[in-house]
Amino acid sequence: MTIAISIQNLAKTYANGFEALKGITLEVEQGDFFALLGPNGAGKSTTIGVISTLVNKTSGSVEVFGKNVDAHVYETKLDFGVVPQEVNFSLFEKVGDIVMTQAGYYGLPRKLAAERCEKYLRKLGLWEKRNDRSRTLSGGMKRRLMIARALVHEPRLLILDEPTAGVDIELRRSMWEFLTEINNNGTTIILTTHYLEEAEQLCRNIAIIDEGKIVENTSMRKLLSELDSQVYILETTSQIPSGFDLNLDNASLEIVDEHCIEVTVSGGLSINDVFAVFSEAQIKIDSMRNKTNRLEQLFLSKLESND
Amino acid sequence: MFSNHKYIAFETIVIREIRRFGRIWLQTLVPPAITIGLYFVIFGNLVGRRIGEMGGFQYMEFIVPGLIMMAVIQNSYSNVVSSFFSHKFQHSVEELLVSPVPNYVILCGFIVGGMARGLAVGIIVTFISLLFADLEIQNLFITISVVLLTSIVFALAGFINALFANSFDDISIIPTFVLTPLIYLGGVFYSVELLPPFWKFVSALNPIFYMVNTFRYGILGSSDVDITWAFFILFVFIVILFTSCILLLRRGTGLRT
Repeated sequence: MTIAISIQNLAKTYANGFEALKGITLEVEQGDFFALLGPNGAGKSTTIGVISTLVNKTSGSVEVFGKNVDAHVYETKLDFGVVPQEVNFSLFEKVGDIVMTQAGYYGLPRKLAAERCEKYLRKLGLWEKRNDRSRTLSGGMKRRLMIARALVHEPRLLILDEPTAGVDIELRRSMWEFLTEINNNGTTIILTTHYLEEAEQLCRNIAIIDEGKIVENTSMRKLLSELDSQVYILETTSQIPSGFDLNLDNASLEIVDEHCIEVTVSGGLSINDVFAVFSEAQIKIDSMRNKTNRLEQLFLSKLESND
Repeated sequence: MFSNHKYIAFETIVIREIRRFGRIWLQTLVPPAITIGLYFVIFGNLVGRRIGEMGGFQYMEFIVPGLIMMAVIQNSYSNVVSSFFSHKFQHSVEELLVSPVPNYVILCGFIVGGMARGLAVGIIVTFISLLFADLEIQNLFITISVVLLTSIVFALAGFINALFANSFDDISIIPTFVLTPLIYLGGVFYSVELLPPFWKFVSALNPIFYMVNTFRYGILGSSDVDITWAFFILFVFIVILFTSCILLLRRGTGLRT
């Protein structure tokens, strides 16, 4: 498997002495949807800054698709696109001009640049806004514009630094769909986010960074399997009889109201066993969701164990 | 990055720069035209009539080359310093830094953008000057080459100012406290032959003095300086400033953390 990005012993100490990165090592495979999680100030944005050459590293190395970023600075930059956390386009330029200008920086001929500009502005719902000044866009539109801009040269690797921060739920969902689509089409994606639900929904692999160190680097499935217990909220179409009980080891329930029940499952018990009890009692389940975000529990426990 | 890609990137920066100052023409093209027009009216026409001749020419004829050059210098400088600092301020410079555009292409793009505005204002001012004086260019090659080289020098200087600037105050300090005095003391309004020896020597240390006088030589055929020496000074300044800009960009001064 080709490695899209390889970070070896990366360290960054700022001029004020703050050690943002303390020798992190990380690899992301081609085609992966990778989450880099961490609390504020953990080193996520510094890592992205070093990859994108906006931050000078103190030591270590970064390779993009097998090429060292320092030795092959121009070739590696062609391979990735970056969506930063903060808006970083000119607020006085038109939406279409911003994307066309970016295409020009990557050496795209004007005709191809115009085609790509239309393609990505349409995909991200900004085509109608192409002649508007960027300062008139809403917060969500500005983020989508940065994604369109990062994709205009069709990079093999897309790095997104909290792309859905401050974006409403509907828009966030549509951005998830879009990112999943481009990932399915072969683009490797590295995502930092504060929304743990987002990482859980989208990403196959995950690294947790805290105080400049990687405290966990594994697959999402493996990480979630570390959970000892999970709490589900079940909504039922039929009324839950009073005194209803599961009578299962490693499972307990609490009736919230006559159509809602909270079930705690632990010790390797399958949720199917719980469903079987409901089926036997002829209680039809309408919907099910986790009470708390599963990744959130793990995330906090990893950070606690790092303290 | 292939050569044609670099050319496209260069062209993109230049077009964006020209579009920028074209979009705000009321701030970039009109004010210098009005200011220099007022210089022609007040110093050239009203005061100049009482002065009579300067350096063997009517005072109005004498100041026209200097005022055109002043417009070119100020606008080449201010275009680059304000545009590049604005990109830094809005973080849109990151678009360029993350992209595979080599540093020298970035620099050349901004230089040509600065030259374009300097020359555009220079042409406007030249047309205005024709309302007040009859200009007959004595040496077209020297006139054009000195104006191009001068605009390169000040575009480069503006770029360095923008790299070090951290606030909008920082981009007005150099034009106000360094550039304007050097221009006014660079022989725009008088011939150095009028000065006592000490101030003649001080004038000789002012690079703008050579630029103004070489341009005046191109238009009027008369100058206070040796033309070859003036071109040598221009080339030396360009080499030093261009090298400094490239080294600063490579280090990421004012741009990378």
